[in-house]
Amino acid sequence: MYPKDLKYDREHEWVKVEGDTAILGISHFAQDQLGEVVYVDLPSVGDSLSAGESFGEIESVKSVSELFAPVTGEIIEVNDGLGDAPETVNEDPYGEGWMVKVTMSDASELDALMDADSYEAFIAEEA
Amino acid sequence: MSEAKRTPLYEEHVALGARMVDFAGWDMPVQYAGIIEEHKAVRERVGIFDVSHMAEFRFFGFEAKDALQRIVANDLGKIDELGTAVYTVMCDADGGIIDDLIVYHTGDLEYLIIANASNRETDWDWITSHLPEQGVEAADESDRTALIAIQGSLALRVVGELAGEDWEPPARFSIAEAVLDTIPALVARTGYTGEDGVEVLCHASQAAALWRALLSFPEVTPCGLGARDTLRLEMGYALYGSDMDRGVDPVSAGLGWTLGLSKGEFIGREAIVRIKETGPQSKLVGITVSEGVPRHGYSVLHEGTEVGKVASGTYSPTLEHGIATAYVPVSLASPGTELQIAIRRKTVAAVVTRPPFVKTTSLNASAS
Repeated sequence: MYPKDLKYDREHEWVKVEGDTAILGISHFAQDQLGEVVYVDLPSVGDSLSAGESFGEIESVKSVSELFAPVTGEIIEVNDGLGDAPETVNEDPYGEGWMVKVTMSDASELDALMDADSYEAFIAEEA
Repeated sequence: MSEAKRTPLYEEHVALGARMVDFAGWDMPVQYAGIIEEHKAVRERVGIFDVSHMAEFRFFGFEAKDALQRIVANDLGKIDELGTAVYTVMCDADGGIIDDLIVYHTGDLEYLIIANASNRETDWDWITSHLPEQGVEAADESDRTALIAIQGSLALRVVGELAGEDWEPPARFSIAEAVLDTIPALVARTGYTGEDGVEVLCHASQAAALWRALLSFPEVTPCGLGARDTLRLEMGYALYGSDMDRGVDPVSAGLGWTLGLSKGEFIGREAIVRIKETGPQSKLVGITVSEGVPRHGYSVLHEGTEVGKVASGTYSPTLEHGIATAYVPVSLASPGTELQIAIRRKTVAAVVTRPPFVKTTSLNASAS
């Protein structure tokens, strides 16, 4: 449910670090709470992200949630496939359901994120 | 706030892994597997819904029909035939909608009313305070009555399996007694999904047995209030509290077709006739958007100026885009009128659309 090689934030995004690139998505917990995703509204390549600030929206039949950036940086790739197949976020939140790739400008921000064990403890408290 | 109330099927929902939410003071399942999946199960096969939170009132006596005729807006003369039913609103003296109801003619001198859960106390107080002192016995049977909706093209086949070989389904908008898998029940050919199907009343103590009997059919999907809402909105069926309330009249709400104005006096008639004569200021219309999901309370704009608010809004699983209802000025109420809806940061194009949004269902296809 919560891969060990990812980092997580309190807004239920995950981060996969590959060098100075971060891949972002939402956690299993987040997609389960939302229910079937019907729209994902993402920024464009070249847009910048600021840690802790909203960078998009994700919407299910019943509710809408903002996406919060776990790190600061510039977007280098957007998962355009989610436009036609938003349900991918539910089906494969850590794989095909990724959202954006970012060149991080401050890798030390990663230190503030949780590892899988801390995140599981965090959501156990929230639920 | 007092503790949320539970229907007789609460334990069944929890055992099925439903996500429970508070609805009008009731702890109700909003979804089991997922709203879209449940929605499609109803449109394609058959789904069952626990709607036991709804209120059931019975009225009995020589004066029952005349007394209820003065209280509800539709003409109960339409259901003089035993076992027939009619959809109606109940209004106050200003024409404000107190609730929308189905009235079933269940016995020679007996009527059953099914009302919204959120209005149970209001309705009961209103109706009983307007009954004559003698001639009508009234009973609030909500606590001992379970109500399960079985909806979809396969609904009658499933109910038929439980009712036995000799069973004939009641005609559309009719109600009849039946024994479903040894459980005595009232089966009404009514619903809130736009699909063919029934709503079944039984004693609360037997609800779980009936629920399980229904789920023993592989084609039956348990469905929550989430799918109930998307299904009803695709049909443009009004929801009390979103599409209408005490502040609106049935003419503005698009429910003029339910008014029995020629039947004689009833509460609210004078006010409603006045509104019909002068014409309403605003009307409830259907709206289609191309992107995003419109939700209750979002602004509806015309050429950049706010002209109304979204009453009901959702994503349509059948059409795969957003649909909504809203009260807009009559001059902007014609189908095809171009509007916009402010969906948070974006303003999206919207067009007035005559409901139902989904045109073809098993209801159009079935003969009776």
